Amino acid sequence: MNSRQKMALGLVLLACLILPWTAGEFYVNLVSQILIAALFASSLNLLVGYAGLTSLGHAAFLGFAAYVSAWLYLKMGWTHEEIAPVALGATLLLACVFGWISLRATGLGFLMLTLALSQVLWGVAYRWVSVTDGDNGLRGLTRPAPFGLDLEDPMIFYYFALVVCLIALFLMVRFVQSPFGAAVRGTRDQARRMSALGYDVWTIRWLVYVYAAFWAAVAGLLYIYYHKYIHPTSLSLTSSAEGLLAVIAGGSGTLIGPIVGAAIVVLLKNYVSAYVERWNMLLGFVFVFIVIFMPEGLVPGIRRWWGKLKGGRA
Amino acid sequence: MQFWVIQTLNSLALGGLLFLLSSGFSLIFGLLRIANLTHGAFFMLGAYIGISFMQNFISNLVLAAIASAGVIALAGGLFERYVLRAISGSPQSQVLVTLGTSFIVADLCLIIWGGDPIPIPTPDMLKAPLQVFGFMFPTYRLAVVITALVAGLLLYLLIERTRLGAMIRAGVDDMQMARAVGIPVSRLFTTVFCLGTALAGAGGVIGGPILSAYPGLDGEMLPLALIVVILGGVGSLLGAFVGSFIIGFIYTFGIALLPDLAYVILFLPMIFVIAFRPMGLFGRMSA
Amino acid sequence: MSSPALEVTRLRKSFGGLPVTQDVSFSVMPGERRLILGPNGAGKTTLFNLITGDLRADSGSIKLFGTEMIQMGVHQRTHLSLARTYQIITLFNKDTLLQNVVLSLMGLSPTRWNAFSKLMSYQHFEQEALRVLTLVGLDRAAHRPVSDVAYGDKRMLEIAMAMAQKPKLLLLDEPLAGLSKEERVRVSGLVASIPRETTVVMIEHDMDTALELAEKLLVLHYGKVIVDGDRDDVVHDERTKEVYLGS
Repeated sequence: MNSRQKMALGLVLLACLILPWTAGEFYVNLVSQILIAALFASSLNLLVGYAGLTSLGHAAFLGFAAYVSAWLYLKMGWTHEEIAPVALGATLLLACVFGWISLRATGLGFLMLTLALSQVLWGVAYRWVSVTDGDNGLRGLTRPAPFGLDLEDPMIFYYFALVVCLIALFLMVRFVQSPFGAAVRGTRDQARRMSALGYDVWTIRWLVYVYAAFWAAVAGLLYIYYHKYIHPTSLSLTSSAEGLLAVIAGGSGTLIGPIVGAAIVVLLKNYVSAYVERWNMLLGFVFVFIVIFMPEGLVPGIRRWWGKLKGGRA
Repeated sequence: MQFWVIQTLNSLALGGLLFLLSSGFSLIFGLLRIANLTHGAFFMLGAYIGISFMQNFISNLVLAAIASAGVIALAGGLFERYVLRAISGSPQSQVLVTLGTSFIVADLCLIIWGGDPIPIPTPDMLKAPLQVFGFMFPTYRLAVVITALVAGLLLYLLIERTRLGAMIRAGVDDMQMARAVGIPVSRLFTTVFCLGTALAGAGGVIGGPILSAYPGLDGEMLPLALIVVILGGVGSLLGAFVGSFIIGFIYTFGIALLPDLAYVILFLPMIFVIAFRPMGLFGRMSA
Repeated sequence: MSSPALEVTRLRKSFGGLPVTQDVSFSVMPGERRLILGPNGAGKTTLFNLITGDLRADSGSIKLFGTEMIQMGVHQRTHLSLARTYQIITLFNKDTLLQNVVLSLMGLSPTRWNAFSKLMSYQHFEQEALRVLTLVGLDRAAHRPVSDVAYGDKRMLEIAMAMAQKPKLLLLDEPLAGLSKEERVRVSGLVASIPRETTVVMIEHDMDTALELAEKLLVLHYGKVIVDGDRDDVVHDERTKEVYLGS
C-alpha cells in the first residue's frame, strides 16, 4: 500500500471517528449498518477472494448467531454476557459441521452444498414456529451494556461497532499477511501443487471456512444488537447473495474491496428502495451487469473503464 | 391406513414433480457444467404461463403444459445463447448470472401475476378419486406419477438410444474428446438447455393443481432440486430419478409427521450420502 | 545390500474397465538415477501420479525407504521427503520467483499454520529461498513475477522449488519438455548436479539428453514393465527396440 493510499485510509478513519459529531442520528445509524455489512462481506471475502471458495450460504452463520442470541434472551432469560460466547460457540460448531459437509466437494459442488445447507437452515427458521416464531421473527431484544456503555444510544453503538470492526480488520490483515494466509492463497491458485508441496489443502480450506463463519457470527451479534429483531429473511439466499454482491462489487481478493462493496450495497438499498419497489430485480440486474461487463468487480472495473476513457482522449 | 395411502401417493407425486425439475438441472450441469440457479424460476414461470394460457386460451392442462414448455424452452435457449455464453465458466460468474436472472424472473412474475397464490384447477376428468380395494386414490396425483414415469422413460430412450443422446453422453463423459470427434457442441448445449428448462416449465404447470403458483415457489423448489442432484449424483438421469422419489417421500412424510422439522429431515440423507459418497449415489459431484 | 529408496510392488490401476497400470514392480536404490521410458500412453505419468498419491491405486504397495505409502494422501507423502515436478507448469504465476520458493520451503515447516505473525518477519525463509535461486542462477529474477520469465527459467524454477525441500526422492516428469537447445543444456546440467542424497526418477522423451543422465532404465508399455535394468543393457535389449519400433 503506497503513501497516497495510506493517506486516503487515514482520512476515511478520521471521518469515521468524527461522524457522530458532525452528522445527525440518521446518518450515524446508516454508517452503523454499513459497518455490520462490511464485517459480513469481509468475512465472506476470506472464503471467496482468498480461498477461492464461492459460497452462497454465508448468511446462515450471521442468522444462526442472531437467532441463538434472540432465543436465549427471549425464551431462556439469559443475560447478554452469557449469551454472546454461547452464540458464537454454537455458530462455530455449526460451521465445523457445515464446512465438513460442503468441502466434500469443490467448485460448483461446494457452491451447491453451501446453498442447500443454508436453505435448510432457512426452512427450519421459517417452519419451526414454536422456537423461532416463523414468519413473525423474534423481537423484543435489548442491546447489551458492555463495560457499562449503553448501546441503546446510537452514537455509543456506532463507536462500539466501529471498534469491533477495526479489531476484526486488524486480525484479518494479520491473517492475510501470515504464512497461513499465503498458504490459503496458494490453495486458491494451484491446489494440486500445494498438496505436492506438503500442504494439507482440505484442512486449510476447512479452517478458513470456520474462521470466516466466526466473523459472520460476530456480524450476526452486531446485527441483532442493532435491529433488536431477527427474521428468517436474514438467513435467506437473498441475504447471502447481497453479501456476495458486496464482495464482488468491491473486488474480491483485497481487504478494502468488500468494505467499499458493502457501503455500496447498503446505500443502494437505503436510497433506491425509496424509489424502486423491486429491490430483488435491481439486485438481479446489477449481478448480470457486473458479471458480463466487469467480472473483476465494480471498483476495479470502473477503474479500468476510467483509464480507457482517459487514455482514449489522449 | 388411508392416511398412509394418501401420503404415499403424495410422496410419489412430489417425487415425480421433482424429477421433472431436477432431471433438467442434472442434464444441464452434467453437460454444460453450469449449476443453473435459474431453474426454480423457470419452474415457477412455467406455472404462471400455464395459468395465463388456461385463463385466456383453452382451459386444458395438457395443452397448457405443452405451451409452457415451448415458451420456457425458447426463453431458456435465448438465455443460454446470449447470456450464459457471455460469461466465463467460473463458479462466481455462474452464480451471479443465474442467480441474478432468477431474481429478475421472480420479480417479473410478481409484477405480472401479483402476490396471491393462484391454483391451477385440476382437470375435470381427473377430479374424482379412484376407488381401488376400498381405498380412495387422489386421481390427479396418480396421473402426475404416471406422467413422470413416462417422461423418465422417454428421457432414458433419448439418452440411450438416439444420436442426440449419444452426443450428450459423450459430452458429459469427456468434453474435449467430444469436440475432437466433431460433435457440434455449441448446438448441443443450447438443445440440452432448452430441453432441461422445458421440462421445468412443464413441471410447473403439471404441479400447478398440487402446489399452485405463488411468489417464492422458485425459492422452495430450487433447494429441493439441488438436494436431489447432490443425492443422486450430477449428470445421472437414474440418480435424478431415484433421488427425486427419496426426497419426495422424506419431505411428504416429514411434513405430515414432524412439520416443524421437515427441513432438517431432508438434510439427513444428503449428509449421509455426502459423507460416504461425495459424488452422490450415481454420479460425479465436482466440476 | 542396502534397502531400496523406492520399492513398488504389484501396483495396479484401472479406469472404468481399462487397466492403465498392470502389476508394475520395480525398485530404485538410494542415490540412483532412474529413467522411465515408454511410448505415449504407456502409463508413465500415471505411474508417477500413483507414487505421489495424486491417483489412488487399486492394489499393490509403494514403499519409500521402507515406509508403506499406499494409503497416504499427497501431502503426507511429501512429508516423507518426496517431491515432484509436473509435465505442465503449475507455478504461482502472479507471485514472484522468491515467493514461489518460499511457499515451497514453508510446505514442510510448522510455520505454515501460523495465522497471526507476518510472513515477512520470517527472514530465514527469504534468505534460504534466495540461496536456492542463486544456486540455479535465477537470483536476478527473484522479485519478478513468474508470468514475466522465460519458459526455460520456469522449468528451472520448478526443479529449484522441488529441490528446496531437500527431498530424498525426486520425481521429474518430462523436465526437458518444450525447451530450446540452450535451455535443455541448462536444465540437464541442473539435474546432473543434484546431490546423491536425493534419488532421482525421471520421465523423459528426449532420449539423447536423458540417457546421459540415467544409470538405470525402466521401460513401460501398456502399463506393464517390459525391461528393467542398467542403461546400456536395456538400450540394447531386443524388447526395448520392439516397444519403440512396434508402436
